[in-house]
Amino acid sequence: MLQTFKTTLLIFVALTLVTGVLYPLAITAAALGLFPDQARGSLVSAEGQVIGSKWIGQPTRDPRYFWMRPSAVDYAPLPSGATNLGLTSEVLISQMAARAAFWRETHPTQAAEDIPADLLSASASGLDPHISPAAARFQIERVAAARQLDAAQVAELVEAAIEPPQFGLLGQARVNVLLLNRALDALE
Amino acid sequence: MSTQEGLQIVLYIALLIAATPILGGYMARVFTGQRVILTPVLRPAENALYRLSGLDPQVEQSWRGYALALLMFNALGFAVLFALLVLQGQLPLNPEGWPGVPTWLAFNTTASFVTNTNWQAYAGEVTLSYLSQMLGLAVQNFLSAATGMAVLVALARGLARQSAATVGNFGVDATRAVLYVLLPLASLLAVVLVSQGVVQTLASYAEVTTLEGESQEIPVGPAASQVAIKQLGSNGGGFFNTNSAHPLENPTSLSNFLQMLSLLLIPAALTFTYGRLVGSLRQGWAIFAVMLVLFCAGLAIMLVAEYEAAPATTELAALEGKETRLGIGNSVLWAMATTSASNGSVNAMHSSLSPAAGGVALFNIMLGEVIFGGVGAGLYGMLIFVVLAVFISGLMVGRTPEYLGKKIEAHEVKLVIIAVLLPSACILLGAAAASVYDQALASRANAGPHGLSEILYAFSSASQNNGSAFAGFNANTDFYNIVLGLCMLIGRFGVILPMLAVAGSLAAKKRIPPSAGTLPTDGPLFVAVLLAVVVVVGGLTFFPALALGPIAEQLLLNAGRTF
Repeated sequence: MLQTFKTTLLIFVALTLVTGVLYPLAITAAALGLFPDQARGSLVSAEGQVIGSKWIGQPTRDPRYFWMRPSAVDYAPLPSGATNLGLTSEVLISQMAARAAFWRETHPTQAAEDIPADLLSASASGLDPHISPAAARFQIERVAAARQLDAAQVAELVEAAIEPPQFGLLGQARVNVLLLNRALDALE
Repeated sequence: MSTQEGLQIVLYIALLIAATPILGGYMARVFTGQRVILTPVLRPAENALYRLSGLDPQVEQSWRGYALALLMFNALGFAVLFALLVLQGQLPLNPEGWPGVPTWLAFNTTASFVTNTNWQAYAGEVTLSYLSQMLGLAVQNFLSAATGMAVLVALARGLARQSAATVGNFGVDATRAVLYVLLPLASLLAVVLVSQGVVQTLASYAEVTTLEGESQEIPVGPAASQVAIKQLGSNGGGFFNTNSAHPLENPTSLSNFLQMLSLLLIPAALTFTYGRLVGSLRQGWAIFAVMLVLFCAGLAIMLVAEYEAAPATTELAALEGKETRLGIGNSVLWAMATTSASNGSVNAMHSSLSPAAGGVALFNIMLGEVIFGGVGAGLYGMLIFVVLAVFISGLMVGRTPEYLGKKIEAHEVKLVIIAVLLPSACILLGAAAASVYDQALASRANAGPHGLSEILYAFSSASQNNGSAFAGFNANTDFYNIVLGLCMLIGRFGVILPMLAVAGSLAAKKRIPPSAGTLPTDGPLFVAVLLAVVVVVGGLTFFPALALGPIAEQLLLNAGRTF
């Protein structure tokens, strides 16, 4: 019994050191060596200033920028979160109605039936950096008007920002809002 | 569903089937000590570990000795992880300065990670230091996965050997699982994940100023190394609160696809390993076929439920709790895979799935995580149903039940029934107790039948060691931390110990040569019988509970009722 305990203890310690010290340190070294930007959070800069992470959405309210999906944590990443409301929830229905009203009021030139589904629903992480291409196109007129730009110019930027499914097969087409907004700023 | 999304699903299933014999064959050679491609690099390390710990790899253990070593190993893991969490405030690698984890939450988290559940009643990025994640949680991710694989291999030896007194050496099996299988795969996956954007750094969180001039704190950490083993080892515990829905834990569609594939990779391959170890590849494929049928059936129901949402409002709500880059198809596929696999990671919020889809997820868990299941645990869970199926079939035709030449007698059946009853009892009795105790009811985030589903899901997830949740549920209360922690321990060791006893009892039996009266267990008829046994046993046990929860909710949703 004691012998079993001794052997088990030592094997446990050995495997703990291998998986808990050697492994993560090796991976961290490899990560920082091979993919330093990604390992550190894919931080994005504009005019020499860090303006955020490519993968973390930001709260946007200025009509001169493209806006993000609804978020249960309003894009404050600590912690990430979702509404976790079920489809029979009255709270969810009233939240969606409020979101629909918001998008209608701020985009009077667009038809109410055209509001894309992703703009009416909160994301799973609360930090979703993407919107669908339809959601981006929905906002073109409002952004162009706020910046006094030609809508066609803004539309061009949007089309350039659409990322297709990876390898043409995996996932959904998406638009990274931060990168799109940064490109918008660079226009001026 | 678009053609492209359908193609993704087909590709996923095709890759899973293709990888099974390759990885399965490799693992069979690993566990029988034969040479494999990594032997030149890893054999010296393996031998060094044995020398350092005084372990003689030639010495084998009876099922009791094996179980004792396993329990000691897990108990040590429990003690160390608990200490790391509670003393977190005084330990290094804590750049954000998180204090020690409160006692009952630490108990719950420890029980959770040691049992391969990875139920998380906390939000990682605001609770745990890097040291706790790396040296505590990730280590248990490896070791609990190794434990599961070891039990499966011991059980396979019990079937393969005859008149034998031993079932293997736990230390050897666990070491081989870690060194030859988990570490290489995890290392490869981790680096690929970093290339896609998963963070891997020990620096503190990044403070940035957003485009509109507000400040935002971006959480980082050694996530990729942990995410890799979280998926491969059927663990599921995310680095961040929203698990693989979090863009820094699962940024691109490729990272998503690889994480999803890793979810079922080892569990599926182990069916082939099992077939090799017991000397009948057909047997392994027969079990794989049962699992694949259940997987495809559940997936089909979930896809229909999510794409054909009933009232008009729910069509627009189909993206609630889902990420744009992933979409509905990938969220549903992951939800099916993770609840089949005892993994429990998520890339969408299960609570916001349609009631039918959420109900399928819940039913998968309740069945006992046997649809591929956890590494090792899924297959020995399915073998419970195999023994039951053989037993019931034998009764029906009036023959002595036998499996792979071993007689299945009252002793084995009793053990197997204990293994089925214990987790099921935890689910039903626990959920029943919670549904009449006001303080427990207060944790619900949704009104109506969805609230009951939240409670059912919590107890099912804990007792069957899944770890996912209907995440609006406030599980961080003393009641749930303690009770769910106990459910996890009972659900795990209440199945492992009976199965090791079965292994020992089978190992000691003589093998009977097949005769005209032997029921074949590797043909289409047995596949059908096994499917029926799994669905009927699971259905009978849980149908009443499901009727009050997800089924009622879906019917009421279709009728336009809200709560």
